[in-house]
Amino acid sequence: MHAYMKPTPLKAKFFTPGVIVLCVLALNGLVFLAGRFFFGIGAVTNLNNQYPWGLWIAFDVAAGVALAAGGFTTAALGHILHREDFHVVLRPALLTAMLGYTFVAVGVFVDIGRWYFIWHPLIMWNGSSALFEVGICVMIYMTVLYIEFIPMVTERFIGRVNLPGVLKFLNRPLDALLRVMDRGLGKTMFIFIIAGVVLSTLHQSSLGTLMVIAGPKMHPLWQTPVLPLLFLLSAISVGFPMVIFESMIASRSFKMKPEMDVLSRLAGFVAPVLGVYLAFKLGDMFIRETFVYLQELTTESVMWTIEVVVGVIVPLRMFLSRAVLRSPVLLFIAAMLVIFGVALNRLNNFIVAYTPSYSFSSYFPSIGEISVSVGFVSLLVLMYRAYVMIFPIISLPDSSAAPKTKYAIRGGK
Amino acid sequence: MKAQNRRTFLKTAAVAGTVAAGLGTSKAKAAPMNILSPNRMGVLIDTTVCVGCRNCEWACKTAHDLPSEPLSTYGDRSVFAQMRRPDDGALTVVNEYGNPKNKDLPINVKVQCMHCDHPACVSACIVGAFTKQENGTVLWDSDMCIGCRYCMAACPFQIPAFEYHKAIQPEIRKCDFCIQRTSKGELPACVSICPVEALTYGPREELVRVARDRIKANPDRYVNHVYGEYEVGGTSWMYMAGREFADLQFPNLGTNPAPGVSEAIQHGIFAYFMPPVALYAILGAIMWMTKDRKEEGL
Repeated sequence: MHAYMKPTPLKAKFFTPGVIVLCVLALNGLVFLAGRFFFGIGAVTNLNNQYPWGLWIAFDVAAGVALAAGGFTTAALGHILHREDFHVVLRPALLTAMLGYTFVAVGVFVDIGRWYFIWHPLIMWNGSSALFEVGICVMIYMTVLYIEFIPMVTERFIGRVNLPGVLKFLNRPLDALLRVMDRGLGKTMFIFIIAGVVLSTLHQSSLGTLMVIAGPKMHPLWQTPVLPLLFLLSAISVGFPMVIFESMIASRSFKMKPEMDVLSRLAGFVAPVLGVYLAFKLGDMFIRETFVYLQELTTESVMWTIEVVVGVIVPLRMFLSRAVLRSPVLLFIAAMLVIFGVALNRLNNFIVAYTPSYSFSSYFPSIGEISVSVGFVSLLVLMYRAYVMIFPIISLPDSSAAPKTKYAIRGGK
Repeated sequence: MKAQNRRTFLKTAAVAGTVAAGLGTSKAKAAPMNILSPNRMGVLIDTTVCVGCRNCEWACKTAHDLPSEPLSTYGDRSVFAQMRRPDDGALTVVNEYGNPKNKDLPINVKVQCMHCDHPACVSACIVGAFTKQENGTVLWDSDMCIGCRYCMAACPFQIPAFEYHKAIQPEIRKCDFCIQRTSKGELPACVSICPVEALTYGPREELVRVARDRIKANPDRYVNHVYGEYEVGGTSWMYMAGREFADLQFPNLGTNPAPGVSEAIQHGIFAYFMPPVALYAILGAIMWMTKDRKEEGL
């Protein structure tokens, strides 16, 4: 018999040794970031006219968007297919997506030379630009994610708005606003949920179109007209592994039992999607006969092999095994491998595959670039921790509510 | 996602559809200008004539208010020891290559923006800051640029350069075909200073004819290839040489316009906004049909 699960703000001490390490990493990133804003991008990064895009675009933006795919994949499963049995993972996945996209936006903000013009694409449109489409979709999708998060805010604060001191007069209007939003969103949320899934499929695939225009500057192992499809499939495959990964980390961090029951059922969906992705990736390789490039030992061929063997084939085999789905440790490793594979795929596409026609040296990210990227990831984890302690996101067994009451009242018998 | 009845669902779905359709029509109009006028101008660079005096480098910097050494220092040929590329401080540079036909006559190649007929930068730019002008110039608009550097990733000739060491208002720098001068009827600075007339400015179609005539008249002097005539769909600046272009570090590009595949994909996904709207409708239908699962409490 299952206990009824209810999303509840978690109670724990915020600062633990791990959290303090994350704070230090975040601060370190912010110091380098200050250098970028005072002295220009060249002062902190190894970017130059030969390599215009580096770690910040490949990791913070491209990998960030892919790894936030848990949001739209679980929304499709839970809300569009109405699989109630997966509801406990919806809110954590939504939070990860929301924070993930926030840091994608921040990543773009620090990487573009004129950050104060980041709003330009809203009014200056170029329909033929893949980057324009990615930018617009990400902006709208981020708004959608924040709207989808509002129910957690209303649930937590309706009747509990309690601002201190001089702000006290705002308590009643804020409460009223929350109630209005709650009522309005209850009826219209499905628009945003469908929009979120559509927008995600659009920009996850267009992210793949980005490098198509680089043409021969991109290594043939990755350069293919089906890149958008490969990006979409890999994003869908990494969605559930990411949810599994973060759920297990959160459970461990807050000393709870991992939700193995839900997670192993979720993991059952991974192998088919990952298999389709692998089939398309290898099919494309055989049609374009790019396997010839694997015969020579180059950075590209080694990276491609690691990406596909360690990041796709091994986890695919693991997700096909029932023993793996039932074992927390093995499931965690399998999920981590898929995440590694997709993140590496994005790094490969944007950095390893990119060979300028004229280059004087090869690109490797600078200490500053790595510090900023690590800093952003640390900030994201810190914010996740804070959010699950403030808002009802992670579900805990709730003894006060019997599972059947909900439906009994609704049914009106 | 509380219970909703069929009417609110249809109503709101209709509103969402209309909004999406509205976006579609206005988006169709928005695209940066890419005029291919039959009278567009170009420059023909005859590398067999160029002597590598680098006066064009000086003239270019002076015309664009970039800091420059005095003209007298440009005779120094030691800079040719290394291959150089245009950057934010020099919109054109001259490189030197060996000449297998005559060791004493090295081949000098001036490098600058090619001003493509179907420019990758125009297609790629997120805000449409690049435009192809009627006179052939590919122009960058500082008021629009957000500094994302996608043009640099897209350019097949690796031309746009970025001011990496400027914190505020860094620019994308590349040859602007001296549009300030040509609009007043003057020659581009590099063309006008060239002492040996290695550069010829004129209508592109005429330049192609001139180049073909020269090759026909001197088949021993030239390879039978006008670089830029067909490369990436044609460029406004074209080259003639006595040695294979691949040996002079010209990229080996096909004749298809650089943005071709990318735009085909992009316009396929967004054909009149049909695919996204259709996907929205299908997902809405699935959501509606599986709704009962929820109420039965599965």
